[in-house]
Parts: sequence; C-alpha cells; structure tokens
Amino acid sequence: MLNTAGTPVVEARDVTVTLGGRPVLRGNNLTVREGEFVALMGANGSGKSTLVRALTGLLPLTQGSVLLFGTAVGDFRARHRIGYVPQRGTAAGGVPANVREVVASGRLTRRGLLRPTSRADRAAIDDAIGVVGLSAKASDSVSTLSGGQQQRVLIARALAGEPDLFFLDEPAAGVDLPSQLALADALRILSERGASVVLVAHELGPLEPLVDRAVVMRGGRVAYDGPPLPQDDVHGHHHPGGPAHDHAPHVGSPFDTFQSQTREGGR
Amino acid sequence: MSPVELLDLLSRDFMQRALLAALFTGLAAPAIGTFLVQRRLALLGDGIGHVAVTGVALGLLTGTSPTWTAVVVAILGAVLIEVIREQGHTNGDVALALLFYGGLAGGVLITGLAGQGANKLQAYLFGSITSLSDADVWFTLALAVVILAVTLGLLPRLFAVASDPEFAKVAGLRVRFYNLLIAVLAAITVTVAMRTVGLLLVSALMIVPVATSQQMARSFRTTLAGAMAVGAVAAVGGLLIAASFPANTTVAPGPTIVLLALAMFAATWPVGVWLRRRSRLAEPFPILTDDSPDDHEVGHADGEHLHQHGDDCGHPAVEHGDHVDYVHDGHRHAPHGEHYDEH
Repeated sequence: MLNTAGTPVVEARDVTVTLGGRPVLRGNNLTVREGEFVALMGANGSGKSTLVRALTGLLPLTQGSVLLFGTAVGDFRARHRIGYVPQRGTAAGGVPANVREVVASGRLTRRGLLRPTSRADRAAIDDAIGVVGLSAKASDSVSTLSGGQQQRVLIARALAGEPDLFFLDEPAAGVDLPSQLALADALRILSERGASVVLVAHELGPLEPLVDRAVVMRGGRVAYDGPPLPQDDVHGHHHPGGPAHDHAPHVGSPFDTFQSQTREGGR
Repeated sequence: MSPVELLDLLSRDFMQRALLAALFTGLAAPAIGTFLVQRRLALLGDGIGHVAVTGVALGLLTGTSPTWTAVVVAILGAVLIEVIREQGHTNGDVALALLFYGGLAGGVLITGLAGQGANKLQAYLFGSITSLSDADVWFTLALAVVILAVTLGLLPRLFAVASDPEFAKVAGLRVRFYNLLIAVLAAITVTVAMRTVGLLLVSALMIVPVATSQQMARSFRTTLAGAMAVGAVAAVGGLLIAASFPANTTVAPGPTIVLLALAMFAATWPVGVWLRRRSRLAEPFPILTDDSPDDHEVGHADGEHLHQHGDDCGHPAVEHGDHVDYVHDGHRHAPHGEHYDEH
C-alpha cells in the first residue's frame, strides 16, 4: 500500500557512498514507510544495489545517515526485524546443505547463542519454506535445485526470521518463469502480512502489480520517486523515430549511404 | 608381520598413546575441514601447515617445545592469511602462496641453523608414531576436544557465516570474529595433527574425509558427521597399517593415513556419481504455461516404436505436472491413449 502518513521504517538522508575513491552514490534521500512496497529500479551500474547495501549497513557511508526503525544503522541491534536477500546466483557452498539447513540460518537472528531450535523456530522455518513453495524439497540438497529454486531458498531464509522489513537485491534476475511466479506469490503474501519491502529490480515482470512506488536511480542519484512507471519510461533509452539530428555536414561520395539512414533507433 | 606381533605391538604404551592421538585427530580435523570446504578454502590447512614448519624449526633452534612454537606461529600465520584474504588485495592467492613458501623455506633454513638434520624435521613433516610423550597425548586430546566443542556448539552460526558472509553480516553476526575463529581453529588442528599425520599432509586429513562424505550426503550435518567417521577410520587404520610394516622399513604414519583416506574417497566416488546422475534423471520436468494442446505432437507416428512403457520398462520415469514422461533415446514420451506424445 502507498502509505504517505505511516511511520518511516527506512530514512536515508544525503547518502553518499565512495567505493575505491569513486563516489558511486551522491546525496540520496529515501524514506520508506511501514507497509510500503518500493521498487528500486534503474540501468546496470546506476547504483541501486549499492544503495540497498548501504541501507543494510554492508557498505560504510562517506556522508549522510541511514535510520532503520528510527535507529542509526550502525547501532541497529534488532536485526531480526530486517530480512536481506543478497544478489547472488546460488545458495550452494562447497559442501552439500539441504534447503531446511539454509533456511534455518535465517532464524539465527531470533535464536540465542547455543540455544537449541524451539518449536516456534521450526514452525517459522517450515512456514518460510512453504511460502516459497518448496515444502516437497525441504530435505533436498540446494545444489540440485534450479537457479530459480535456489533464489526462492534465499528468500525463505530471509523470511524465517519473521522480519518486518525486507531488502531484496535482484531476486528475479535470471530466474525461470515458474520460479518468478512463485516469487511474486511469496512477495504478495509478505506484503499482505504487512511487511515493508524494498526490491531492487532491473525489470519487474510478474512483480509489477505488487509495487506501490518506484524509485529510479540514474548515475548514483535518485532520478524519480513516485508511482510505478511503464517499463519504457524507466530505461528511457529508446530513441524516438524521426529524422536524426546531424552535427556534421554529410560529405558523401556518390555511392555512400548515410549512416543515419541505415541505423535504426541505435543509441 | 604376524597377528601375534601386531597384538604385542598394540599392547605397548607408545602404540596406545599414538592410537588415542590418531583417533582424536581423525575426529577433529574433518570437523574444521568441513567449514573450510564450505568456504572454498580447502588449501588453507596446507598453507598453515607450511607456515607451521617455521614454528617447529624455531622450537628446535631455541630448545623449547616445537609443539608450542608451532601453535604460536601457525595461529599468527592463519590470522595473517585471513587478514590478507579479507582485505582482498589484488591477488589474494598469490599473497597466500608467498606466505606458504616463505614458511617452508624459513623452517628448513632455521632447522639447518639449529644444527638439526632433516631427520629431526621429518618426524614433524610426515608424522611419527614413536615420538609421542604422555604430555603430547594429553595436549592432543585437550585441543581436539576444544575444537570439537567449538565447531559443534557454534555449528549454526559458523554454517551461516561460511555459506553467506553478507547475509550473516546483515543478520547481525560478527562475521570477522567467526572467520578468524575458523582460521585459528584450523591452525590449532594443524598442530594437533602434526605428530600423527605430519605438517605436509595434515590438510589431506582435513579435506579428503569431507570430499568422501559429500559423495553420499545431502545435508551439511550428515556431511560433517560422515567426514568425522571417515577421518577417524582413516587415522586409526592408517596408523595400524604403518605399524604393521616389517621392522626394517621406516614407514611414517602420515602417508598411510592419507592414502587410506584417498582409497575411501576412490571407493565412494563412483557411488556419488551414480547417485547424482539418478537424482538428476528423476528431477521433474517443469510445467510451462505455454504447454497448450496445440503443441500436441505424436511420437513415432510411423509405428517404428512398439515398446509399451510401464513401471519396469527400464526407461527413467520422470514426473511432468500431472503425468509421467518416459525418457527414451533422447526424447520424452508421455502415454496418451493408444500412442505416446512427445514432450
């Protein structure tokens, strides 16, 4: 839901991130309110993943501040309130691990040191596996699953801690269609349960109806923040037809074809 | 060697000490090795082993216990390797290689300066049954128990950090602390295993049992438990094999332990290949939304194929939505009335 009056769960002010001396994000402001579903969009390299990594505290800020639930991200201890799905192709490591084990590691935020899993922990883990539709595969090794199913395992892992705020970094990239639909279902269930979602996406696909608000990044800055846009407007590289404007006069020999005539809609 | 002689050997004090040390080493080394393989750092143990050679040599030079100097130098080396890896300087593995070779060369040089021959160092490089004192055995046992208690007690956290450090960091786990803990535990394991397997082969006892176990296992916990079982069998069995060679040979226990572990890997590998192939074949075909009746294709309309597919027809039966496909000569047959559809 679009929630202009709710309590802010993420408040980013003047966020600037420098990676290896290069300013990758410059002075970005972003507020996400309780229950909102925000899509962070933009071309590759526009800084959308970097912004999410800065919001979760993975990257240090050069300037500015990030508040999560009103607490500065560096001092934020209620980690069970946030769920993070990193951008990566696989959930498998060097050793086989089954779906339940990977998902259970998302429950650690709510488990004390050396404390065995309680009944509530197991119920939350089973529920998370069920929401992404992998109950039948709970004891399969993740390395035997398809890329899309592994992505769903990572989402279930973030769900297992029962957080109120989700950060998902390109969960639908390179995912097969059945998994994209299962992903959209899982996110819809989350959103209906009242969670706030920040989703990084290059393109939305089946997730489009869920999005309340789109934030478009360009060149390390927020370029647009408002209701979702049609896909074409987001990327905005599609050059309209019509006569190309030439900056240099044509010097054509009789058998030359002008480049502007042979090229169609090129960049 | 006759069975009587072997029994006689087993009743000796030094042999019982060695067996006890081998058993605990065989349990502890794969436990930490599982986390190294999970982090794709299978060669970390090897690097620490090379660095520890310098530690042993320092002990020989200064006349203090080589075990203690090896522990200190191995831990310093492991922390240094972890710091280099974490900082991700341009060429992490080249930096590690420099450290490995520096450790080995330094160790051999210092041993030479100490006036000790290669024989003295060899007991540490490839293991030695007879060199264990009572104190050494207690030392080995205590450290092995510490390693097992920490790895098994912190298993969920160590697993989370080893499989996805970024997720673990957002979840509020102290990733750097746990990574350093694994490196330090690996260093301690190296020095524990030094007396039985030897520094140059210690990494094999950490890694080969894990590789053996993961041929069959589908979960992290069973891999870990299986690796510990394989490690214990290999360490005790290899020690007995080394001891049962005739008295005029000098077989160190390290090579026999490692070769036995490798033999167990070689025995399970074909089973693992078969299991993985079978599970891939049984994987259901995805139901695509464009599986419309228009795609109705009848297989072998020319009647070339008269075989009746069924439960025991020998063709892999694979689920596909609400029916079963039979994989056959590179295509998929779905029974439909009198004929088979191609899916």
